[in-house]
Amino acid sequence: MSLVITGGHFIEPASGVSAPRDILVEDGKVAAIGEGLRGSERLDASGCVVCPGLVDIHVHFREPGFEAKETVATGSQAAARGGFTSVVTMPNTNPAIDHAGMVEFVARQAREGAPIRVWPSACATRERAGRDLTEMSELKRAGAVAVTDDGSDIESSWVLRKVLEYAAMCGLPYLAHCEDASLMEGGAINEGYTSTRLGLPGLPKAMEEIRIDRNIRLGVLAGAHVHIQHVSSAEGVAICRRAKAAGLNVTCETAPHYWSLTDEAVETAGSNAKMNPPLREAADMEAVKEGLRDGTIDCIATDHAPHTVTEKDVEVQLAPFGILGLETCLALTITNLVEPGVISLERAVDLLTLQPARVLGLPVGRLEEGGPADITVFDAGAEWMVDPSAFASKSRNTPFAGQTLRGLTRATVCGGQVVYRAE
Amino acid sequence: MADAGAAAWVRKDLVGIEGLSRREIELILDTAPQFVEVSERESGIKKVPLLQGRLVVNWFFEPSTRTRTSFELAAKRLSADTLTMTVAASSAVKGESLHDTLANIEAMHSDLVVIRHGHAGAARMLAERHDSHIINAGDGYHEHPTQALLDAYTMRDWARQRRGDPAASLDGLRVAIVGDILHSRVARSNVWCLGKLGADVTVCGPRTLLPPAIERMGCRVTSSLPEALNGADIVYVLRMQFERQRGSLLPSVREYVNLYRVDEESLRHAPSHAAVMHPGPVNRDLEVAANVADGPRNLILEQVSNGVAVRMAIMHLLVNSPGPRAGESPAT
Repeated sequence: MSLVITGGHFIEPASGVSAPRDILVEDGKVAAIGEGLRGSERLDASGCVVCPGLVDIHVHFREPGFEAKETVATGSQAAARGGFTSVVTMPNTNPAIDHAGMVEFVARQAREGAPIRVWPSACATRERAGRDLTEMSELKRAGAVAVTDDGSDIESSWVLRKVLEYAAMCGLPYLAHCEDASLMEGGAINEGYTSTRLGLPGLPKAMEEIRIDRNIRLGVLAGAHVHIQHVSSAEGVAICRRAKAAGLNVTCETAPHYWSLTDEAVETAGSNAKMNPPLREAADMEAVKEGLRDGTIDCIATDHAPHTVTEKDVEVQLAPFGILGLETCLALTITNLVEPGVISLERAVDLLTLQPARVLGLPVGRLEEGGPADITVFDAGAEWMVDPSAFASKSRNTPFAGQTLRGLTRATVCGGQVVYRAE
Repeated sequence: MADAGAAAWVRKDLVGIEGLSRREIELILDTAPQFVEVSERESGIKKVPLLQGRLVVNWFFEPSTRTRTSFELAAKRLSADTLTMTVAASSAVKGESLHDTLANIEAMHSDLVVIRHGHAGAARMLAERHDSHIINAGDGYHEHPTQALLDAYTMRDWARQRRGDPAASLDGLRVAIVGDILHSRVARSNVWCLGKLGADVTVCGPRTLLPPAIERMGCRVTSSLPEALNGADIVYVLRMQFERQRGSLLPSVREYVNLYRVDEESLRHAPSHAAVMHPGPVNRDLEVAANVADGPRNLILEQVSNGVAVRMAIMHLLVNSPGPRAGESPAT
């Protein structure tokens, strides 16, 4: 049995190809890339972009412990619907993913219920408590692709230094959630005019920037690869830019909400616009775009963070941090980055495929003959309205509900199987 | 007076001053005098039937004597039935959401719900989903709109008497608001309200108690009390919640008193005609000297009296206007 995807515009960042091509898939692998190909089954991609399956290196699938928000199975379905064929799950579950058995549990849930590839990350410290190192060598052997205490920073610089040294020894990148929690003080949204106006306690940008700086410096000291998660502020981008100019082993990501919304969204979307780091201001949004444009920001990652309606349907201060990302990411990239001319469509695909895979060394994000057939087919011009009730995710917490966006997944193919197809 | 002003009002709720127009604020202020008259009737019968048969629920999540009694009295003088619910802990702690609790209140056919809550945005969140008229009686550090309206009414009354002009407005009136601006919903609502009415507002407090970018709300900002008082017609002293100030916000009560107390000495920087206001309750001799709080310049008890009338006006406008229902109220 073979599948041929025909008539599409093929964008493949690794080879730099952006041209009409057909793809022939056999036995889960790319059998041929060319023109006029034939197979037993045909997927018509006319008018669509055909590219490597999208890769998201920052998702929360909440399993085990918070299955009411999301599971590995439902999160993976949301990923497939969003065009993603690979995701890296965060370990802040309950219990946390801090030993090999837990990594194997996530892998098993993925094997049994996920239509896409799930790459688990594991905790950097036991119980994410910021004190004792995890058994990183064994975690890696069990399949962990990175270590992180995401959701929190590691308070003690001494502990973090040791984490980074050990992670470097094990060949694991460290994913850094940068946050000086002592500046938090009950903060709910970005500190600035909007927080003053709404009377909500603020989260100053310095809270994030201080720790981006510290975490990079400790990475240098330890000789480790530090990957800065969810950069949200102009100075945060600037710090990363300087680090890269100095040739440091630093990478960073940002999420679609940071280039799509400012803190003013809290006024209309309420707790569905509450995440950490928070939505910033217009100048930060522009700096994030510039960072994506000039390559300071290595890749796009959604920080897909599901919470139930009940948890979010409360006063903003009481609501948990986090919003969904997987099912709106591609459209927010096209609508808010490609269409206004910030980046090209080719660069957008690069930021969603090859680059995130490169950051963590995942063997995905490219399409070549003989390689795995993880393929996304999307219509960059298709308009659709965000309707959370149609999401495959278990949760509904998005600030983009009701927005009309452009860019829609038509089909997602993972390992040669069609795992999602739009009606 | 049956529908005086009510026809011109279009909002279901009063959740903040920020979204109101000058015209709407003036409608409230102009509706209030008839209710001042009700409270001062020589007959002693301080009641009108404008809310007869209506149920007004006062739902307070924070301790409050002054505001709660003022609302209760306002409702009673409008002949409404009143129910007061004082909740010690937030509903989230009890496990019931605000929406659920309000749905339960509405199942008992409430008409108007007055809510005081410790978290910003609570009143608006409820107003957008439920049918009851909602009055925000203070939400976190966000807004306390009825306080600002009764303050504006009191200032306007004072300005009119002083100038002998019964039509005088607040245009050009200089107001200094002094104290903990950071944690003050009263300051925020007053900055909006006074700004919309054309007054010239300065907020003053120690740097640790000033919120970022508040000047963008349309006021001047200073940490110098003499500078704030210079030229002020009204000196508005906020209640200092010393019990809430930790060591990192203020070094000591003593240092605060030295720098920011409004007393005979600091008032030398203000014009001799300047009046002193305070939303209460007063910490005597801390944020304001007792002899100033009791002195000829103070309007503190006028604020309290006017508070009942202004709240009567608001309740009347909300309930007796042919305004929109839930979800239709213009965002405020």
